[in-house]
Amino acid sequence: MSFLLEEVKQSDSIYMPIPARITAVSTLTAEEKLFTIELPHELSLEHDPGQFVEVSVLGVGEAPISITSSPSRSNGTFELCIRKVGDLTKVIHNMDRGDIIGIRGPFGRGFPVERFRGKDILFVCGGLGMAPLRSLVNEVLDDRGNYGRVILLYGARSPGDILFKEEIREWDARPDVAVHLTVDRPSDDWDRKVGVITTLFPDVQVDPRNTVAVVVGPPVMYPYVLKELKTLRIPKGNIWFSFERRMKCGVGKCGHCQLNHIYTCQTGPSFNYAEIEMLEEAFS
Amino acid sequence: MNFKIMPKSAFADWVDRLIGSYRVVGPKRKHGQYVFDELRGVEGLELHYPTSVLPPKKYLVPQKEVLLNYHLDGSRLEIASKPEPTVILGIHTCDIHALKLFDRIFSQGFTDQHYQAHRDSVILVSIECLEMCGPNAYCRDMGTASATEGFDLHMIDLGDVYAFNIGSQKGADLFKGFRQAFDAIDTDVDQINHVLATKWDNFPYRLDFDVHEMPALLHESFNSTLWDELGQKCLACGSCTQVCPTCYCFDVTDEVDLLMEEGQRVRRWDSCQIHEFAMVAGGHNFRERLALRQRHRFMRKGKYQMDAYNMVGCVGCGRCASACLAGITPIDVMNELCARQQCSELEPFASVVAEVAA
Ligand SMILES: Cc1cc2nc3c(=O)[nH]c(=O)nc-3n(C[C@H](O)[C@H](O)[C@H](O)COP(=O)(O)OP(=O)(O)OC[C@H]3O[C@@H](n4cnc5c(N)ncnc54)[C@H](O)[C@@H]3O)c2cc1C
Ligand code: SF4
Ligand code: SF4
Ligand code: FES
Repeated sequence: MSFLLEEVKQSDSIYMPIPARITAVSTLTAEEKLFTIELPHELSLEHDPGQFVEVSVLGVGEAPISITSSPSRSNGTFELCIRKVGDLTKVIHNMDRGDIIGIRGPFGRGFPVERFRGKDILFVCGGLGMAPLRSLVNEVLDDRGNYGRVILLYGARSPGDILFKEEIREWDARPDVAVHLTVDRPSDDWDRKVGVITTLFPDVQVDPRNTVAVVVGPPVMYPYVLKELKTLRIPKGNIWFSFERRMKCGVGKCGHCQLNHIYTCQTGPSFNYAEIEMLEEAFS
Repeated sequence: MNFKIMPKSAFADWVDRLIGSYRVVGPKRKHGQYVFDELRGVEGLELHYPTSVLPPKKYLVPQKEVLLNYHLDGSRLEIASKPEPTVILGIHTCDIHALKLFDRIFSQGFTDQHYQAHRDSVILVSIECLEMCGPNAYCRDMGTASATEGFDLHMIDLGDVYAFNIGSQKGADLFKGFRQAFDAIDTDVDQINHVLATKWDNFPYRLDFDVHEMPALLHESFNSTLWDELGQKCLACGSCTQVCPTCYCFDVTDEVDLLMEEGQRVRRWDSCQIHEFAMVAGGHNFRERLALRQRHRFMRKGKYQMDAYNMVGCVGCGRCASACLAGITPIDVMNELCARQQCSELEPFASVVAEVAA
């Protein structure tokens, strides 16, 4: 068994995708599908939660996609949750079991779970941010004894946009996980909160000394959530974000993903607030 | 240092011999400007040229470069073939300094084998500038008006003869079997030193501050109103980054032939000045405003590359100033920032985020 990243590095081109097979496809919402991917048999992905892969289709293009399955549940396969937004993602949405796609990675720095052990974890998630965050949530839940309280705040546009509904229902049913949901546009049978993600914060009490917050969502959400987390007095080094920028190469060359001088595809996408608070482009 | 001396009368022979064994490119005059282009003989080669429109980076990171060739059904997926061995003649020292930055960028972290293949295929023959090439250059300020390394051969015009500083074995090999290049003797070395030492009067400083203050100046200027003023002028054409020897940002796309059978994954020069450069799915654009893109460009040149690679991201060649239809020039921008920040009073700036970058 060898690691995919080693294979990619040892290839004669860092841009050479490794062919992988789609083994299952399921529809999550009107816009998102979940793909299960199997690497050629002698390769394993070995990722950290929060890392991404470059996914490509010959003749169409390549895009960075977060690994949504947790390392704890990758039995030779891994999962990608893909939203249909443009050329490549449309083509992938039309693919089926047995089809081949190209994979490079895993790239970037994921969340350092070893720093989170023993702590209470506050997950704050908006929209498609659930794709990368789910990897970390399941990693934590599969090692539940090593963490304190686990709280999830999740905001979506509408009830129909909530990703991984079944899984979230299961988390919600667990006594050792507190799930708080909100949507911008409720349906008639919606009985949870309505409004942006910050409307969930009044329901949350944390011990700031012992809490790690992990925030993943659209960039507009970050400044507002940061303000709430500062009010809760969570230390800067314990507030983690995923900074997704436009990415092309994934390997620190193409320049697209820069945030000030930092290549988010290399040093990120995950950063704690202490690391990036001086970087003016972080919350732009 | 190890020098060879060649009479100018022998130079044409030498170039012809090179052309026999390599693709040889150098500066040529075209439509009143100078461009690096393939040589068929020494005629057309202009070693005494002000500057070229595009820097020789086009031979290392071509404007459009095939990375992978494939059949759409996946039955064939290959890395693009290796570039042919190429001698680049007449490279100015600013461009040599720029390639040193490229070498670092394309090898730090992941190695970019496509760059490496080009790098291995080229032999760099640079030439010492003895006077400044134009009003937009500020190589003296940026420390790039001369070079002691980074080339395979480096030429110095001594009047009747050329001196060649041998930078590598690859460079030395270009004299193999050529009888009209001689080892330098003491008087040659004296003359080389004399020519080099007396050239500096021809290179005025054009920035109002020392280059070592540039990162600090830019750091202090992050919220300057000048960026908005530049944003009002800039046309977002991207010419400044195209002609820049230290700009390398690229886009990767797939191209398919008309029969929909064969395809290529290619990279092409991209520009941070273009609207879509930092736009992501959902429509959010991290540098929507032109002011932010201009700021990013200058920050990158004078500060970010220093933070990330410990090298300044500008070599002072002045090409971007010559190319800009809006009249934006780095000398004016830097001096204006300096004036607004009273930059002589700045504290040297230790990067607060060096840890993150490491
Ligand atoms: C680290 C990271 C993780 C991501 N994880 C996921 C994920 O798990 N699931 C998911 O569905 N999407 C994810 N994305 C976004 C995904 O990469 C883009 O949606 C995808 O590139 C769009 O490709 P396309 O060809 O379908 O769209 P295009 O036709 O190329 O463009 C459609 C839209 O996508 C934007 N876009 C294009 N290229 C990129 C790019 N490289 N990065 C970001 N935006 C881009 C364009 O600005 C445009 O607004 C992630 C992005 C990053 C940077
Ligand atoms: S920024 Fe302008 S002056 Fe500096 S290296 Fe690039 S083109 Fe030359
Ligand atoms: S060349 Fe001038 S006008 Fe064009 S993008 Fe650069 S600064 Fe703007
Ligand atoms: S995605 Fe290309 S440098 Fe980060």
